[in-house]
Amino acid sequence: MQEKKSLIEKLHDIQDNHPDQHFLPEKEIMALSENDRIAPSKVYGVATFYTMFSTKPRGKHIIRICENQTCHMAEAEQLIEHLQDLLGIGIGETTKDGLFTLELSSCLGMCSVAPSMMIDEQPYGNLTTEKVNKIIHQLQGGGL
Amino acid sequence: MKIYRIHALICAGGQCISAGGDSFESALKKELQAADLAEEIQIVETGCMGSCEMGPMMVIYPEGVVYVRLKPEDAEIITKEHFLKGRPVEHLMWRKEEGAFPRLEEVPFFAHQTKLVLRNCGLINPENIEEYIARDGYQGLAKAIADKDPKLVIDEIKKSGLRGRGGAGFPTGRKWETAYLQTSDIKYVVCNADEGDPGAYMDRSVLEGDPHSVIEGMAIAAYAIGAQKGYVYVRAEYPLAIKRLTHAIKQAKQSGVLGQQILGSDFSFDLEIRVGAGAFVCGEETALLNSIEGNRGEPKKKPPFPAEKGLFGKPTVINNVETFANIPVIMTKGADFFQTIGVPNNTGTKVFSLAGKVNTTGLIEVPLGISLRKIIFDIGGGIPHNKQFKGALTGGPSGGVIPATHIDTPIDYESLNSLGSMMGSGGLIVMDEDSCMVDIAKFFLKFTVDESCGKCTPCREGTKQMLNILEKITSGQGEEGDIERLEELGNTIKQTSLCNLGQSAPNPVLSTIRWFRNEYESHIRDKKCLCNVCTLSSPVKEVKKHARKKISH
Repeated sequence: MQEKKSLIEKLHDIQDNHPDQHFLPEKEIMALSENDRIAPSKVYGVATFYTMFSTKPRGKHIIRICENQTCHMAEAEQLIEHLQDLLGIGIGETTKDGLFTLELSSCLGMCSVAPSMMIDEQPYGNLTTEKVNKIIHQLQGGGL
Repeated sequence: MKIYRIHALICAGGQCISAGGDSFESALKKELQAADLAEEIQIVETGCMGSCEMGPMMVIYPEGVVYVRLKPEDAEIITKEHFLKGRPVEHLMWRKEEGAFPRLEEVPFFAHQTKLVLRNCGLINPENIEEYIARDGYQGLAKAIADKDPKLVIDEIKKSGLRGRGGAGFPTGRKWETAYLQTSDIKYVVCNADEGDPGAYMDRSVLEGDPHSVIEGMAIAAYAIGAQKGYVYVRAEYPLAIKRLTHAIKQAKQSGVLGQQILGSDFSFDLEIRVGAGAFVCGEETALLNSIEGNRGEPKKKPPFPAEKGLFGKPTVINNVETFANIPVIMTKGADFFQTIGVPNNTGTKVFSLAGKVNTTGLIEVPLGISLRKIIFDIGGGIPHNKQFKGALTGGPSGGVIPATHIDTPIDYESLNSLGSMMGSGGLIVMDEDSCMVDIAKFFLKFTVDESCGKCTPCREGTKQMLNILEKITSGQGEEGDIERLEELGNTIKQTSLCNLGQSAPNPVLSTIRWFRNEYESHIRDKKCLCNVCTLSSPVKEVKKHARKKISH
């Protein structure tokens, strides 16, 4: 009994098809709306409800840094400031080279190793500014 | 079967991996190759062992030696000393205060726990169904199908006294009975794995460490209520849990315990995963069902309850991960056994993620009715740097604080409610004398303001107004009457919001006012933060450079 894919799954599929930009291009949203006979307003309504979808192009790597209670108590705010300075971008922005987008995340469930973040699907814990520098540096080396 | 001299259990839970467990494991494999030991020593990647703060962790059997905080360079000495010469490496072991080196079951952190839900976490390889079966896995399902009428399964669950572990504590058996009594050709079983409470990671650890226990629990529920199809709704922030669960579902289908004609009977049950897309409110059950259907995750009015009219308008049992993981234990060992754990009306165990200002943080499972003191001091090893315990937060952004004066309160659904907190899904954040209660309340409220779906006015606008007042207070511009305004607004929001998220959003503020009113007063009257957390001379509004991304309404 295979039911057809839900709208959210289809949006996930579209976004996954843009691994360098992680976003939902307008053309494809409109095509989806036409094919499935769903009003564009509804597709946009769903796409913009969830934080993991973006209608604007993002970077190749998405940094999700946790800002929740336990990480807050472990002084995550300083790290968030540091990451902004290091990358030269603000929250929700993308670096000029298109390599990183910085986003705040709800709890990643890694409170025992706070402060924590996730880059793409890889979790990182017990973060310090030195550790963050190293991780970013490695990704810059691998991606350029 | 191949016999190994030593089994090395390496924790492959999310937190140990994030602390560098992967690189230790590859270093160890290299060392074993070099020493020609790969045939004698088996490395087993397990789920979360619990003491996440001590990660990356490894337990060596037969001795039961526990190695903690491992680094790749430690692989060499463990191989040379322990594996080759039989001399455990003391400086890497879990150290007791008096200097002895305990085995796993002697470490206080583990010794005071009772593991039902986490029975397999940290012991078996979650990617191998045979290891689950070897630990009595799928026996409960077989028993249900072979000798029990669906009604008898429901009676057994009712008799066990199991209550929903998602936080509200509704009796599971009664929920199932409601769905069972509905006449419908199609029914659904849904697992809520949209664990979003800040400070909570029990469900993630169960899905990563023992996914089959959840699959088995769901299959038993489906058999009991007459459902043919199930969904697990997992949040997108948990890629490892999604990966392990996907693998487990595939294995279960291949082994005949899931899919068509389970175990040769005429009972069929198919299971699919639905991945969320980042919205806290989807943890609310009606919002979650909306999201599975592909819509915006906005809650609906109840009644009708999902058990009557749920997914696609059909009767649906929706329970959370931990509730389902309890089911196989009840079916295998019986309701009578389950009742012996915990206290009357609060039977069984509860898994907590212990975090914040406590010496050993991590995942713990304790019998209900245990005191907070036992959790923090016996299991968690007390407060770091000999500081004073001030309070513990349960229930995340929907809960409240248990002050130090009530540290001997038993942890059960009713006692926590009477203190103005709640059981919640299991986040337990410990605070010491340096934690400012006003700041913490503000922090949780900010979270709810961000995560409010915007459908109903009290939650969308009311929480924002409360946050404005708190911003004022914490920046030194609080006025007389602000506390009363917070109380009045909070109580209105509680009474008039549509769903549980809104109805419980004011709890952290109301609860901190109830127990720590003096801290609010000193912010307002003396313009002083007693814990030196808030900067009272700064202009209103935070020092953040950029506003966070808002969910559009």
